[in-house]
Amino acid sequence: MAGLELKYAVPSAEEDFLGAGEASTSVKKKLRQIGYNPEAVRKVAIAMYEGEINMAIHAGGGEAEVEILPQSVTIKLIDHGPGIADVEKAMQEGWSTAPEEVRSLGFGAGMGLPNMKKYTDTMDIETEVGKGTTITMVVNAQ
Amino acid sequence: MEVHDIVDILEAEIVNEGDMDAEIKTACGSDMMSDVLAFVKEQSVLLTGLVNPQVVRTADMMDMHCIVFIRGKSPDDTIIALAKQRDITLLKTRYRMFTACGKLYDAGLRGGCNI
Repeated sequence: MAGLELKYAVPSAEEDFLGAGEASTSVKKKLRQIGYNPEAVRKVAIAMYEGEINMAIHAGGGEAEVEILPQSVTIKLIDHGPGIADVEKAMQEGWSTAPEEVRSLGFGAGMGLPNMKKYTDTMDIETEVGKGTTITMVVNAQ
Repeated sequence: MEVHDIVDILEAEIVNEGDMDAEIKTACGSDMMSDVLAFVKEQSVLLTGLVNPQVVRTADMMDMHCIVFIRGKSPDDTIIALAKQRDITLLKTRYRMFTACGKLYDAGLRGGCNI
């Protein structure tokens, strides 16, 4: 069975805060429609939503590419934002560089990347300060 | 507990009516959406003082049936429209977070984990 590929543009939070999360909503709906394992659907939805919010808030938006296969879902989030200076620290629960205005939106508690790792089977971060970040996450169907 | 029980316990106003008979097994009270996303539980209700569209998106990702806005905070039309599309009930209570959570706990609702 061939994979299903989906592509989305993620807006920046400044331009369109309401739109952040639309791509994750669409992927969740699509997985539901095709009868994907509900536990995997929820993991994909949460991990992608956290990543999408991160891109919208920290990186001025970006692109999301999703490949759905019978055995797994791969989510690739690509941005051209500031990059992550210290990935190890960013992976610690509670560590955050988010300014106060981000916290007032309900995010920036330092749980974004840890949550993404928690809900996925593999997560790979490629990042360069000043150039951007690409995060690839895989959620297995079972 | 069902959604309509929460309306009674918190003397809440129904802002958007979803499935009022949906079963609620656990509750989560937070203004930080990433903290909510970290502790995923089945069939939860979300109590929050945060009022923006991402509250509905967070609830949707977690398959939640009901959101309670505390301290009499009112969601705007954008938030209500998002909840309508997703069949999520929106409630508004005058109680503060501590009291609202306490009343639900007292009525038997738990956090879904031991800590």
